[in-house]
Amino acid sequence: MSDITQSGPVLAADGRPLKRSLARALRMQKLRALLLIAPLLLFILVTFILPVADMLFRSVENRIVQDTLPRTVEVLADWDPASGQLPEEAAFAALAADLKEAANVKTHTKVAKRLNYENPGLSSVFRKSGRKVKNWDIANDGPFREKLIELNDGWGDVELWRTIKTYSGTFTSGYFLNAVDMRLGAEGPEVRPENERIYNTMLIRTMRMSLIITFSCIMLGYPVAWILANLPTRQANLLMILVLLPFWTSLLVRTSAWKILLQQQGVINDTLVWIGLVDDANRLVLINNELGTIIAMTHILLPFMILPMYSVMQTINPSYLRAAKSLGATDWTAFWRVYFPQTVPGIGAGSILVFILAVGYYITPALVGGTKGTFISNLIAYHISTSGNWGLGAALGAILLAVVLALYWVYDKIVGIDNVKLG
Amino acid sequence: MSALPPYATTGQRAWYYSFRVICGLVFFFLIAPIVVIIPLSFNAQDFFTFTPEMLRLDPEGYSLKHYRDFFSNDSWQSAMWNSLKIAPMATIVSVTFGTLAAIGLSQPHVPFRRAIMAILISPMIVPLIISAAGMYFFYSRIGLQGTYVGVVLAHAALGIPFVIITVTATLVGFDRSLTRAAANMGADPVTTFFRVQMPLILPGVISGGLFAFITSFDEVVVVLFVGSAGQKTLPWQMFIGLREQISPTILAVATLLVAISIMLLATVEMLRRRSERLRGMSPS
Repeated sequence: MSDITQSGPVLAADGRPLKRSLARALRMQKLRALLLIAPLLLFILVTFILPVADMLFRSVENRIVQDTLPRTVEVLADWDPASGQLPEEAAFAALAADLKEAANVKTHTKVAKRLNYENPGLSSVFRKSGRKVKNWDIANDGPFREKLIELNDGWGDVELWRTIKTYSGTFTSGYFLNAVDMRLGAEGPEVRPENERIYNTMLIRTMRMSLIITFSCIMLGYPVAWILANLPTRQANLLMILVLLPFWTSLLVRTSAWKILLQQQGVINDTLVWIGLVDDANRLVLINNELGTIIAMTHILLPFMILPMYSVMQTINPSYLRAAKSLGATDWTAFWRVYFPQTVPGIGAGSILVFILAVGYYITPALVGGTKGTFISNLIAYHISTSGNWGLGAALGAILLAVVLALYWVYDKIVGIDNVKLG
Repeated sequence: MSALPPYATTGQRAWYYSFRVICGLVFFFLIAPIVVIIPLSFNAQDFFTFTPEMLRLDPEGYSLKHYRDFFSNDSWQSAMWNSLKIAPMATIVSVTFGTLAAIGLSQPHVPFRRAIMAILISPMIVPLIISAAGMYFFYSRIGLQGTYVGVVLAHAALGIPFVIITVTATLVGFDRSLTRAAANMGADPVTTFFRVQMPLILPGVISGGLFAFITSFDEVVVVLFVGSAGQKTLPWQMFIGLREQISPTILAVATLLVAISIMLLATVEMLRRRSERLRGMSPS
């Protein structure tokens, strides 16, 4: 302490070097901030992130075949499906043993269901045989090859054995291939036949309709944002309520309003008939199709477009427009070359937000979309809750999530996620 | 375009007025669907359109029967009580965790701030159906599926982004020297928080809470998957009503929900203006 020299490190009051003391204070500050955040981070991790991760894992997980038919999987490892020959007797014997065991604990129906997703018809072969094989004596009843084929000629099909072999791994790309209308064929992934392709159509439809909705939101939102930004504050605040009220109104209320208005016997058709624009005999079909979904969702998502546009337009200095006009620009040139380019960030922010929200929509398409106006979310819900093909639902969900997260990342880069405005 | 200059040409005049008409039509599009259901909910008939009596403003054409039905029907009543039991609990959970974390996030030095923020906001961005499906599987595993606690936790997670966004926005205008002054006068951090910081950021916290409340109160996808019949909420009941056989009682429920939204919107606007006024006064 006593021999402090001019060249020595600067010390804090307690005698430690100031640099280290400051670093320590900074560390404490960081630690305190993290301690405040930690409970919430943990909460979100357990209640939200883990569940989503758990679901995504189901899209590749495929333990069931291995767990239910362990002997068969082992024997089939040496079999080459490309030979076109049925596997040896050993495989049949292994299968009979596995099937007997599985049928006793009733897990053979589960594996049957799993393999049926890949090769329709396989389920009944497993179920029917399972009941009989249960009573066989595995040690003495052989050989099983003829016995099994006699029981159900499905076992004489090379395709069936190939399916078991292809889907015997712990992980599978099968669900993902299925989600993009492909399947694992004899020579690797192949495109499904034309009549079995539904998921690509659905993905493309979701994207296309979300784009249409985003575009209609831009077209409707732009003039409104402009007038809100250019009116005197008092009037603008009043009109703002008309934008914020739909934003705060329950999604189901707005969807039911549209469902009621758009019906064939609804208010819109009644009015059109009354004016005489539409004949009473052929009222417009506005609901349970793509149009219904587009109208209702444009209405629901419009505030998300107007608010970011409005906050950008508010910052634009009106003197730029006046300057352009005094330099001889027409109204249109002044708008298009001077004003519009400055509003592009607002349009971008609003569009990404609306698009992100639109692609994942479930409720509105389910209620007003009929069969033609549904989204990929509706298909995911179907697979999770009705068909029971959870893996496929998870794979479709993973694809949707990838699209949304990519856009989320772009949004964060250009707008910054903490700049989201809520009213 | 605040005013039309006196030298405007006919074309400019025409555009000025037609532009206002276009804006008027968009405002009409925004508000009309919500307004229209209000008179329809007083329909004396079981129709979803205006009856001739209603158009003549005949008192015979109007009645409160759909409201009576809502208040006397058991399934609607239990749905309402379930909603009122779930939403406030979810709000309390998200406001408590959310405010604490927002204060942490507003400290000057937070490591990985961007990444943490992205994670905390993600429940708002991830499509609801994915969250719902994930929670369904995961909560079934840990025995929370179909329970009150499970639904509350799920809704709290969905409400957190709104609390984070509103409270961090309020904290931007918070004067840090106030907490230092309090500490200087001998207050411990807890006292400082409750007596100095909390009263000042309260408007933001309440707005965040209202957002979290309405998120839970309106939520239907997650509760469909995570809840069971015992947690059937108002939106769930409406969803079933809309999908299966649509009954005019829905109109009465919708009108009541619109009234609630108007109240919440008015409160949030009042709080926002108050905090803007306060911010204008405090030195930055």
